[in-house]
Amino acid sequence: MNLRRDVFQAIADPTRRAILLLLASQSMTAGAIASNFDTARPTVSKHLQILTECELLKQEQQGREIYYHFSPEKMKEIADFIEPFRTMWDDRFNKLENIMKKQQ
Amino acid sequence: MEQKTKVIAEDGKQDLLITREFELPLELLFKAYVEPEIVEHWMGTKVLKLENKKHGSYLFETTDPKGNKHRFNGTIHDIVLNLKIIRTFEFENMPFGVQLEFIQFEKLTDNTSKLTIHTVYQSVKHRDENLKLPFTYGINMAHNRLQEVANNLK
Repeated sequence: MNLRRDVFQAIADPTRRAILLLLASQSMTAGAIASNFDTARPTVSKHLQILTECELLKQEQQGREIYYHFSPEKMKEIADFIEPFRTMWDDRFNKLENIMKKQQ
Repeated sequence: MEQKTKVIAEDGKQDLLITREFELPLELLFKAYVEPEIVEHWMGTKVLKLENKKHGSYLFETTDPKGNKHRFNGTIHDIVLNLKIIRTFEFENMPFGVQLEFIQFEKLTDNTSKLTIHTVYQSVKHRDENLKLPFTYGINMAHNRLQEVANNLK
């Protein structure tokens, strides 16, 4: 069974972040992506697999080649992840403000 | 509408920035951070210890609805009245480790002030674990609420 990967785990790695940056502007084949890194080709393939499993990348068949392209929807999910954290602090600070207003 | 509380967490960085503007004079905002009874009130925690001085330390304890106790502690590295607090923060038994917090207090007008919290984590992973916490907690809360409703139906 393939466990569903965590999107945070995906972006925690510097090589994977570099791959995302590279693909933000263009679609590329695995070979073209790997040529941008000193890392061994199978390592890059592993990174591509993880990013694809997290749906940060999508594969597209063009003739004989498979192109990877960046899928921004999942990145938005990361931004939405921060929202509950922000709301938690906002609630807390609202409380602080109300309490201190009564002290005035 | 512009959000009062802002959280900036850049991808791949091990820190985050929280800013908030208050309709409170600077002195009152600072007081909310150093008076134990007030901290207890707005943080929803028990203050077991709070030494507002260089090399002082603090220990907070909260009790969740199930009766489990959670402790937070840290050491105060520096504190300057109505200006800043530099301290460590650790949520015990949580996967995000010890954090370093730079808490800055700023006067905007006589009746308004600004709070800036710059938190540095051990790694990007630690920071992201912390960011995820309320998300997971929110899901648990919703789940508990469902359980409650379901129990009432019995």
